[in-house]
Amino acid sequence: MVEATQKSIKASEINPKFKYEISKMHGGEKLMRCFQCGTCTSDCPIAEFSDTYRPRQIIRMAQLGLKDRVLKSDTLWLCAACFTCTDRCPQGVEVASVIRVLRNLAAEQGNVPQVFKDQAASILADGYAYRIPELRVKKRETLGLPPLPKGNAESIRKSLRDVGIMRYLEKKGE
Amino acid sequence: MAEQEYLMFLGCAIPYRVSAYEISARKVLKKLGVKIVEMPEFNCCGLPLDPISHETMLILAARNLAMAEQKGLDIVALCPGCAGTLKKVNKMLKEDKALREEINKHLREAGLEFKGTVNAKHIIQVLIEDVGLEKIKNAVVNPLTKVKVAEHNGCHILRPKEYIGFDDPEDPKTLKTLIEATGATCLDYLDETQCCGAPSVGVNDKIALALARDKLRHIKKVDAQALITICLLSHHV
Repeated sequence: MVEATQKSIKASEINPKFKYEISKMHGGEKLMRCFQCGTCTSDCPIAEFSDTYRPRQIIRMAQLGLKDRVLKSDTLWLCAACFTCTDRCPQGVEVASVIRVLRNLAAEQGNVPQVFKDQAASILADGYAYRIPELRVKKRETLGLPPLPKGNAESIRKSLRDVGIMRYLEKKGE
Repeated sequence: MAEQEYLMFLGCAIPYRVSAYEISARKVLKKLGVKIVEMPEFNCCGLPLDPISHETMLILAARNLAMAEQKGLDIVALCPGCAGTLKKVNKMLKEDKALREEINKHLREAGLEFKGTVNAKHIIQVLIEDVGLEKIKNAVVNPLTKVKVAEHNGCHILRPKEYIGFDDPEDPKTLKTLIEATGATCLDYLDETQCCGAPSVGVNDKIALALARDKLRHIKKVDAQALITICLLSHHV
């Protein structure tokens, strides 16, 4: 497969401080160690079936400081977080975690795919990432299973109150 | 052996759609003399929200660990995603004092605190390390000698190895060993440790299904009668 062709890079697009920003975040510390060997892309199960998703390319964009381009890229959301790249990187770059750092930054700018909004709404409402149907809850009894532990919505909200991302997630699904 | 007691962490996917796994896990643990206590309160381990907010994931996981600490019991998780997340966060917060303090600020808002006094394990880790293979073999009533199966672990019980530290992510043996303890044959197949594609459902279904199709093809090629998986997302796909 041919690596997705990119528009030429303009000097004005480059933010040289971006790599330091990432390196300060959990999981992004070793970004600058990447020497572009391509182990991540060649071992990536998603890259095998996608024409556009290439972890090596995302890492390079991050190193170069193509902040807007990488944070607005749809391919950023394709990583399945299987961590194969992280385990196999010869330079010890936590590739999947760098991608997660980039996704977190994209989300902070308001770019949160719907599937995550739905799960967050459900967790804030009753603790579970999926809305467990009433029928399932009742059926537990006939199956001889103990009642489901309850989620404490108030307590969950209290501990997440000061998290920045909440401003995009509050009030959803109520 | 002293009586083993664990706090049961069901996760979200099991009560949502895979009751059979929960029923058999509880029966097996009971038969092997492992006592189960239910979580007093529950919230998602945090893994699904890691892509949009690492901080949220850490807080959600730490809340569960803090509740387990109050009970004074280690956690047994049935879902590899939950097990991986709880193990990873437990290790991170135990080792990184600054991070622990940061997360505890959020937990204190809800009257909780992470101290780092318990462990989290997946059920297969409990079976192999704490119950022991001999005890399991002795408990088998009807050996499944004619059954040929394939296994799929799921990613988060193995990777990233630096944080999980369980089994060999490139050649995992635990699940195979447990399956073979029942008398069944566990077959090898191509790309056994490869992701099933489930996390991409909802983001790009086409890629998710292509991954699942590939895996099932490889399994079919070796003439397995069934696929044994301990991963709920994989089970669904």
